[in-house]
Amino acid sequence: MTTVLPAYAPWRTATSALRDGAARFAQLVATPLVPADYLDLVSPLRSGAELRGRIVAVQPETLNAATVVIKPGRGWRGHVPGQYVRIGVDVEGVRQWRAYSLTSPAGRPDGCITITVKAMPDGVVSNHLVHEAQPGTIIQLDQARGEFTLQDARPDRVLFVTAGSGITPVMGMLRDRGDQLADVVVIHSAPTQEDVIFGAELRWLAATGRIRLIERHTDADGMLDVAELDELVPDLASREIWACGPTGLLDALEQHVQAAGLAGRLHTERFRPTVLVTGEGGTVTFSGSGTVVQAAGDTPLLAAGEAAGVLMPSGCRMGICFGCVVPLREGAVRDLRTGELTTAAPGDGVLIQTCVSSAAGTCDIDL
Amino acid sequence: MTVMQKKAENPVAHLSARDIEDLGLELDAIRAQVIASRGEHDAAYIRRVIDAQRKLDLASRAVLLFSLFPPAWALGTAGLSVAKILENMEIGHNIMHGQWDWMRDPKIHSTTWEWDNASPADMWKHSHNELHHTYTNVIGKDNDLGYGIMRVDEDQRWMPFYLGQPLWNFINACLFEYGIAAYDLEIAKNWAGRKDNAEFQRQRKAVLGKIRKQMTKDYLVHPLLSGPSALTTLGANLTANLVRNLWTHSVIMCGHFPEGVQTFAKKSIEGETRGEWYLRQMLGSANISGGKLTHLMTGNLSFQIEHHLYPDLPSNRYAEIAPKVQELFERYGLTYVTGSLPRQVGSAWKKVIRLSLPNGFLANLKSARRPVRVAAPAADASGAGRPFMERIAA
Ligand SMILES: Cc1cc2nc3c(=O)[nH]c(=O)nc-3n(C[C@H](O)[C@H](O)[C@H](O)COP(=O)(O)OP(=O)(O)OC[C@H]3O[C@@H](n4cnc5c(N)ncnc54)[C@H](O)[C@@H]3O)c2cc1C
Ligand code: FES
Repeated sequence: MTTVLPAYAPWRTATSALRDGAARFAQLVATPLVPADYLDLVSPLRSGAELRGRIVAVQPETLNAATVVIKPGRGWRGHVPGQYVRIGVDVEGVRQWRAYSLTSPAGRPDGCITITVKAMPDGVVSNHLVHEAQPGTIIQLDQARGEFTLQDARPDRVLFVTAGSGITPVMGMLRDRGDQLADVVVIHSAPTQEDVIFGAELRWLAATGRIRLIERHTDADGMLDVAELDELVPDLASREIWACGPTGLLDALEQHVQAAGLAGRLHTERFRPTVLVTGEGGTVTFSGSGTVVQAAGDTPLLAAGEAAGVLMPSGCRMGICFGCVVPLREGAVRDLRTGELTTAAPGDGVLIQTCVSSAAGTCDIDL
Repeated sequence: MTVMQKKAENPVAHLSARDIEDLGLELDAIRAQVIASRGEHDAAYIRRVIDAQRKLDLASRAVLLFSLFPPAWALGTAGLSVAKILENMEIGHNIMHGQWDWMRDPKIHSTTWEWDNASPADMWKHSHNELHHTYTNVIGKDNDLGYGIMRVDEDQRWMPFYLGQPLWNFINACLFEYGIAAYDLEIAKNWAGRKDNAEFQRQRKAVLGKIRKQMTKDYLVHPLLSGPSALTTLGANLTANLVRNLWTHSVIMCGHFPEGVQTFAKKSIEGETRGEWYLRQMLGSANISGGKLTHLMTGNLSFQIEHHLYPDLPSNRYAEIAPKVQELFERYGLTYVTGSLPRQVGSAWKKVIRLSLPNGFLANLKSARRPVRVAAPAADASGAGRPFMERIAA
């Protein structure tokens, strides 16, 4: 066994001691604020700052979708195409966090990243980003996350099944690794030809022979039935599949692939949780802040707390990242996806995911 | 014990229980309107004030690096005083009230804010938000009323100790931030053995820790940074803190102490309804009239009445709802106590001095009316209005 001794580097110890000392001194100068509060006044994107980004441009894609180009702060650690980023934007003065798949290739020369957003009817953040966001605005960012990537596997044959805004993570992969994938089929559904996000780019990729594109315009041709897949893609069994789109499509696809014994080949990304049941609702106390709200049985505790101004930690908002986990001090909550009931007696502090749990009676949350 | 301040007439005798509940509903409606229209404009306002305050603070401290030079001293001291006042009032006080929690910005939130004051935020929030705002002007419950060291009502028994109260009040004004910390600590309650000792020790540590940090910054680090101007910067910082203390003390005195503001007995608030709670806030607070600058520099506590009715609405909206609130006062036959800053400060001080003497001692001082027992309300046919009135007049 060999042990590697760190090289003796007194200057490094000295500089780090100096840096610590300087930081402590800066803290004494700034109290009760922190030095960052002052630095943020002039340089919100500096390294060491909380991660933020500046909107550089908003480019329309379709009538109700747009690509937002963001210059991330110095702390951005990069992403793997297919991953998503969480952004915090202020809409009507209220900070809202949402997840969006990255549509830019890794390491763009200008250092920018892009997300592509489709405006949902009544959607608070999506409409704001597509129709109102202004270049120059500072937004909050989180590091990229997500498992929906090509990973290191470089499969010979790939099938992408997407619908609507579900094309976004796939576009990121195609832009990044399109050249390295030998045989790619893309089946994409949208209501009409005009609604196809990245329609021109996809068709160009197809025209130049980089992908085989099957465009499905559902207003005219009806929804894709997964049973058609075997016909559309005869060599389905030999392909690695990545799919992203509405719940119905993904559920059907999962069943189909499972039945064909190919379950291990399918990777999916969901944009919203599948809600199975609703809870009973109840009085929710956020004991840290002393806030009390009446939460409906179909409202995630995350949304109930946010609406009352409680600072709720959050992540994907759909039950996959565990960024919203907090202790339930007492009471009962129901998992909106499975109906499972979780109860806590005083002192238990059972950890729950607030984004997919609703009140099932009186509960007390440690926030 | 009479609780309404000595008045020839009972100010709410004409209101029935029904009237009081209607008044509550009307006030609820005003609140709902503001909440429904909170938005980007308000968020931009508080961010702008915070941004300006931090820049002013930085600039003033930079100027003070050269405070050996008298004009720099004057400019830096003035700027720093204003920055500290803004930080304590329009920013700190209001954020810690939760007025901006709806923005969900963790940097501008009641649970994360720490202010430039001796009292740690969480302790201040307890004594201010929970005690003072719940028990507004209830003698013996509301520490803000006389801070436990002053006689604030004719019905409190006079003792020779109170002769010194103008002096106590002045000393409290000069050292106001420490005064606040002391009564947030509930030192008196601890002396009386009515406070859990472990809790007291924990809080004492927190206060001392905060004071140490505050003092290190203002009286050690910044002076040292000023090199040759160390002593003058020290003086500047002492002055700025003194100015801030005197100013905040004056503004706060104007809120509940001027003549015409009512005080209440402990018993009078038992079983209080929402309408009655609103009414107590209306009668127990006083405004300061003035322009935009006055409102900004008082943290909009110049709208003390509106603030007490709606402690968690964004401060920038008080000016807009004040005419509606005032209209309600008129319609319900209540007195909206307001006056210029000098007048209200004068009025409050006069009362401090008057009450330092036994009742009726200065019979010739205009506002020292002889105590008149508040008349029991003329019970209306339905008998409505009696309970609240009885409690008030009991
Ligand atoms: C990992 C991940 C990646 C995502 N990537 C993208 C992306 O690349 N592009 C993109 O446009 N969106 C993406 N989303 C969805 C996005 O995060 C928001 O949910 C979406 O923009 C709606 O937010 P909103 O504030 O506009 O709607 P809200 O105001 O939250 O909701 C308004 C209404 O829309 C409904 N709704 C919310 N989300 C959806 C949805 N996805 N489909 C249908 N109805 C919905 C709600 O139930 C509600 O009725 C992604 C989500 C996740 C979890
Ligand atoms: S926010 Fe991701 S699991 Fe709840």
